[in-house]
Amino acid sequence: MSFPLLTVTAAVPAVGAVLTAAVPAARRTAAKWLALLVSLATLVLAAVVFARFEPGGDRYQLTESHAWIKDFGVRYELGVDGIGVALIGLTALLIPFIVLAGWHDADPLETQSKRWRPTQGFFALILMVEAMVILSFEATDVFLFYILFEAMLIPMYFLIGGFGDRAHSGTDENAAAQRSYAAVKFLLYNLAGGLIMLAAVIGLYVVAGNFSLTEIAEARANGQLDMATSTERWLFLGFFFAFAVKAPLWPLHTWLPNAMGEATAPVAVLITAVVDKVGTFAMLRFCLGLFPEASKWATPAIIVLALISIVYGALLAVGQRDIKRLVAYASISHFGFIIMGIFAMTSQGQSGATLYMVNHGISTAALMLVAGFLISRRGSRLIADYGGVQKAAPVLAGTFLIGGLATLSLPGLAPFVSEFLVLVGTFARYPVAGIVATTGIVLAALYVLVLYQRTMTGPAKEETRNMPDLRARELVVVAPLIAVLILLGVYPQPLTDVVNPAVRHTMSDVQQKDPSPEVEAAK
Amino acid sequence: MSATAVAPVVHTLWTTAAGPIDKIPAPHIEYTQLSPVLIVVGAAVVSVLVEAFVPRKARHHTQVFLSVLALVAAFAAVVGLAAGGYGSTKAHIAAMGAIAVDGPALFLQGVILLSAVLAVLTFAERRLDPADHGHRVDSFAAEAAAVPGSDQEKAAVKAGFTTTEVFPLTLFAVAGMLVFPAANDLLTLFIALEVFSLPLYLLCAVARRKRLMSQEAAVKYFLLGAFSSAFLLFGIALLYGYAGSVSYADIAQVVSGDVPAVDPALAQTMGNDVLLLIGFAMVLMGLLFKVGAVPFHMWTPDVYQGAPTPVTGFMAAATKVAAFGAMLRFLYVVLPGLTWDWRPVMWGVAIVTMLGGAVVAITQTDIKRLLAYSSIAHAGFILAGVIAATPTGVSSVLFYLAAYSFVTIGAFAVVTLVRDAGGEATHLSKWAGLGRRSPLVAAVFAVFLLAFAGIPLTSGFSGKFAVFKAAADGGAGALVVVGVISSAVAAFFYIRVIVLMFFSEPKADGPTVAVPSGLTSVAITAGVVVTLALGFAPQYFLDLASQASVFVR
Repeated sequence: MSFPLLTVTAAVPAVGAVLTAAVPAARRTAAKWLALLVSLATLVLAAVVFARFEPGGDRYQLTESHAWIKDFGVRYELGVDGIGVALIGLTALLIPFIVLAGWHDADPLETQSKRWRPTQGFFALILMVEAMVILSFEATDVFLFYILFEAMLIPMYFLIGGFGDRAHSGTDENAAAQRSYAAVKFLLYNLAGGLIMLAAVIGLYVVAGNFSLTEIAEARANGQLDMATSTERWLFLGFFFAFAVKAPLWPLHTWLPNAMGEATAPVAVLITAVVDKVGTFAMLRFCLGLFPEASKWATPAIIVLALISIVYGALLAVGQRDIKRLVAYASISHFGFIIMGIFAMTSQGQSGATLYMVNHGISTAALMLVAGFLISRRGSRLIADYGGVQKAAPVLAGTFLIGGLATLSLPGLAPFVSEFLVLVGTFARYPVAGIVATTGIVLAALYVLVLYQRTMTGPAKEETRNMPDLRARELVVVAPLIAVLILLGVYPQPLTDVVNPAVRHTMSDVQQKDPSPEVEAAK
Repeated sequence: MSATAVAPVVHTLWTTAAGPIDKIPAPHIEYTQLSPVLIVVGAAVVSVLVEAFVPRKARHHTQVFLSVLALVAAFAAVVGLAAGGYGSTKAHIAAMGAIAVDGPALFLQGVILLSAVLAVLTFAERRLDPADHGHRVDSFAAEAAAVPGSDQEKAAVKAGFTTTEVFPLTLFAVAGMLVFPAANDLLTLFIALEVFSLPLYLLCAVARRKRLMSQEAAVKYFLLGAFSSAFLLFGIALLYGYAGSVSYADIAQVVSGDVPAVDPALAQTMGNDVLLLIGFAMVLMGLLFKVGAVPFHMWTPDVYQGAPTPVTGFMAAATKVAAFGAMLRFLYVVLPGLTWDWRPVMWGVAIVTMLGGAVVAITQTDIKRLLAYSSIAHAGFILAGVIAATPTGVSSVLFYLAAYSFVTIGAFAVVTLVRDAGGEATHLSKWAGLGRRSPLVAAVFAVFLLAFAGIPLTSGFSGKFAVFKAAADGGAGALVVVGVISSAVAAFFYIRVIVLMFFSEPKADGPTVAVPSGLTSVAITAGVVVTLALGFAPQYFLDLASQASVFVR
């Protein structure tokens, strides 16, 4: 038996979470360091996965398979393709920065009971989410994936509801009410999506008799499994609904601004940059992989919804007065791009969408974490409370600008490559959609630059005049993220090499060929 | 049949009665195979004697010891029988056709006994309330017969009386519950029903605090319960008229169109489908009342709220197990030929039960009432598995019942811990901020709530998946969709409690969490362990349930 690398990659943060939670109340700092070490160890393991993965090899590699719940036809089956490898890398890369950025976010208040251990809980929950997200990128058994998809809601829910942003307007009580509203909204939206998916999962079992992605695909290929058209469509809709809530796609997006607004900045990054990627990843792997015909059938409607997301999210971002909600709406716009790229059914579109997932994660993390540092200095999330920050804190302002420029996909920074690929891939098949989507880029420039102008330039306000610049810990968080953004912007090849073969497999799942002569995506 | 043919029958009846005694055959009883029931009944009788003869001081300990010992011994007997093959190859009908010894019966008896052990542990808890007049007190009235607030009651409290009668009552109830899912004729079914119902009515009435509410609950339960028993009995009478027998096998034979010998006295009615349909509907009503399915659920919230909380936990878990067991046997053994007739009715019942329980629970402000409505919704989910009418349906229901009973007992045991000056603080507003003050208790309760909500990696999810899968396999896909929707609704109010516990600021005059003795701790720990074990690794127990899913006919 070979070394179960994938299991270990997920098990390390899971065990780390338990250990972190068990640290005594007084040894708060030890818990933080433990969490950081565990997340770094996971990053090393993810790097090993990346190195061991052979782009030209089998579709699913490093596979593991064990019997689990025989009665339900469920196996503990893991395997990664290029898309999974890329997203595991993203997750493992971001968590150490999230931990570092949230270093003081969960320090207990003086008034709180001595037995209440928020710090340990906070970092343990983050690691628990990491473990579940990584395992969900590895699962090739639909049921196993479903369990993780649902179970990760619980730690996320506690992270949102239990550890709110301390910068808020109004009373503590009011803020607590808003926070628990956001947490409940997050949970109910996602749980409802998940339960609808449960109906579809049960339906899939009735039709197929097992949950293994590879076995089902094989049975479909050699004609043993024949799904009626209507059945396939219903099942597809059940799965897609859950993923569209998670991703989130208009009109199921309304939980995201609440959740990201009320959560602390690192948790907001965890939501949008890491957890939401499970939704888009699952569209690629499960919607297209299990229900190719139904996916093609639904494509026009989904493209329209994605377009609405792109434009609507961007428009609302322009109108936001709250920095974190602005980033949330910008994310909704970007998720529109990702979903459009997936369902354009071209190899550029899907490669672009996968790269987009990674790049959006990194760029949003950079922007949001710097925004979090900014907010923690002034104690307010409102844009109107800032002005002239760049004079007092030039490094903070500069990094904020780079994060913002990445968000608007400036050439030379990583997101440009992916956004360009998505647009090209979409244009090849749906020219009108491609043209409409470009308005999203124009609006992105608007909301990012206006945000920068209002907060960083102009006359300094009373409260911002003496704002301290980034501290060492904060620089350690921001600098590597910006370095990665630039690196992937000028040299995306290591990533595309891994992603492209996987996309070719997905394209053959849906039996689609590129409309124009095939172009190797972004060499 | 003419009158001349009837006359000799009457004559022979008279002569038989006057005949020699040795012609009455002695009933053949398989004592070993009935040992679980016999042990519990025997212990119950001894327990009554303990009440009469053991001095008051030693009574509590003696009763607890005796009850736990008897229940554990009975469980060992069940395991022994199952290991001896009585659950599968050697399954047969014992006690002259009255009681079935087969897989489902043994499985459910095991579940009932285990939940009874845990329940008895919570009954015996005497650390939660401060001592009264220097005497430790449990959840039960000092003297149940004393009028609340009277001088007699005060005297009883001062003297340190306790209602140790709850232990023999519980043992009798358990004995009835053991027979209920194993009953193989309608009369045994009825007697078992009464044997477990009557002690439960009494148990509901003996709360130490809020005594009037407790007595009100008992009266409501008794009146409505008596009503449902009457329905059941009338249904039995009609079925007897239809089939000329109360034995399950005989009725099934007549239903399938194979009438053995027409009883001359019943020549007018035998084989009359009107009697069959009305009769089975009435029996089913009696059973649906016991499981608390809509529209026979009205008693549930009041009784759950008023009864002493340990009793509520016991009742919610064990009654449901016993009643669903009886329902399964009735539908699968007596009425397999009638599946097409009962399924549409049960569809309707299952749908309104799932939706009704989940929707009404949203507006509840008392934790015990909330759990009561949630138990109604769960009855609906289990009905979805019953409707499947396949062996996987049976095994999924068995598994669900096992999973559910442990979660329920654990959850109600936690409710007993949260107290203020007036006893248990069951109003939801008082639970605000519990997670900050007692993280461990709140976390444990959260685990139970998540299991109720059916979140993956808890037993609730495995159970829900099993019944929904069975229902979908059995062609009830629409039911699964309704079930999923009501799960989403139900999730809302479970989550609301979690929000209250963890995200609300604790109130200054909020309740305290009593530190329980080992007894309650064991019950709660067992609940958590089983909940997580059935969530992470349910395969062994699913195997057990599917091996146990064949009814003997």
